[in-house]
Amino acid sequence: MNVSTNNHSGVGLQVRGLRKSFGGQEVLRDINFEVRPGEIFVIMGPSGSGKSVLLKHLIGLEPPDAGEILINGESIQTPEIASKYRLAMVFQSGALLNSLTVGENVGLYLSEHRLKPPEEIARIVAEKLEDVGLKDTAEKMPGDLSGGMKKRVAIARALVIEPQLILYDEPTSELDPLSAVVVGEEILLLQRRIHVTSLVVSHDRDLAFGVADRIAVINEGRILTIGTPEEVKRHPDPLVQTFLHADFKREP
Amino acid sequence: MFENVGEIFLLFWRALLSLPLAWRQRQKVFDQFFEIGNASLLMVCMLSFFIGAVITLQTGPVLVEHGLASAVGGVVGIAMAKELAPVMMAILIAGRIGSAMAAEIGSMSVYQEIDALRTMNINPVHYLVLPRLLAIAVALPMLVVFAILVGWLGGVVVAGTNSHIAIPFQAFWANLRDVVELKDVANGVFKSFCFALIIGVVSCHQGLATIGGPRGIGRSVTKAVVNSIVLIVIFDYVLTRVLLH
Repeated sequence: MNVSTNNHSGVGLQVRGLRKSFGGQEVLRDINFEVRPGEIFVIMGPSGSGKSVLLKHLIGLEPPDAGEILINGESIQTPEIASKYRLAMVFQSGALLNSLTVGENVGLYLSEHRLKPPEEIARIVAEKLEDVGLKDTAEKMPGDLSGGMKKRVAIARALVIEPQLILYDEPTSELDPLSAVVVGEEILLLQRRIHVTSLVVSHDRDLAFGVADRIAVINEGRILTIGTPEEVKRHPDPLVQTFLHADFKREP
Repeated sequence: MFENVGEIFLLFWRALLSLPLAWRQRQKVFDQFFEIGNASLLMVCMLSFFIGAVITLQTGPVLVEHGLASAVGGVVGIAMAKELAPVMMAILIAGRIGSAMAAEIGSMSVYQEIDALRTMNINPVHYLVLPRLLAIAVALPMLVVFAILVGWLGGVVVAGTNSHIAIPFQAFWANLRDVVELKDVANGVFKSFCFALIIGVVSCHQGLATIGGPRGIGRSVTKAVVNSIVLIVIFDYVLTRVLLH
């Protein structure tokens, strides 16, 4: 594994002509965008618009039917990519290994790849857990944690990798507003501290406009617009406007 | 089942290729070995004692009636060592451990834990399949040795206490030692080693292929157990045929 502790620069990501179908149904239709190194890029869209499938392609968990995904100009499908660049993903459910303690989950990358001695791993785990506000939880089991805590442990687990690209899948879903703010602040803090490139998939408008450098709006597997939060707010496409301004109205 | 045979072989091949990493995974291998061996030992002893007992009860009176009382020990000894202990224990372990493997790995697939491993560049074959396969490949043959011995004990007890058979311990044991050779026990142990690989690889494959939530996990568990048992029975015939010569 190529793990350099002092190289924190984010990587650039390019997606070109990405297409994917499941059982004859096209889920991603000619997706094109670029994420600049160190940028926070948010992909917004309603449920079922193809956001999570897109994210799985970006980390190499799904092969595309057509098109390519490039990390600093190199295809994500290249076998060496995982050892060349440090990529991490925070899953919607947290995806913590339920048979391991919180500490073992956070230190899993280091222990499995034998990158540090056990004492050093314990120190790093304690440090990363403190970074996400979960001091003294290392001995707990994932089942003992709330949804928000699990997500923050998942972020701590991603931080241990010292990622150059971090992907967040619906980081604030199922969270109360306070926990959602904490997670949003964490995303911003990481970008400022280690200049990681962040790609956030969410349908949370508050989070998107609160943290994004640029936003892409996706609907039915197609990107409707890409721009800064202000540009997206002003975009004339009725689908974009409907999504951004959808609100519950109670009959008088 | 048969449409997945290629995938199952591929998984087995990948697990074989990862054998050099076995020492790294020794703690997991030991944990799995303890789970399989320790948790199954009592069940194995009970099952094999009564299998030995019932085979003696079925064959003993007939053999005695035809003046073949001296053959009872040999019949029970061979039946337990070469056939009943390896096959019955493999079926028991398929139900008990194969189902647990499929459920655990299946649950990890459904709840994206396997995806999380992949994003950390941790190969699920090295991390999950190899330790389970090694543990069951060692544990099942050891359990079968226990099962053979306890099965013989069940046979001795019934032969000595049942009034229709009434063969004393020494006579039963002497006949068993005359007939059963070490290679017969080795034959059964080798079969159980093959069955262990079948259970391990089929159950892990089924777990990794799980999709669709809790119902998918249930479906995988059922498939893992049924497919393992079907393959055990088929391979039992093939191995018996091969080992006869």
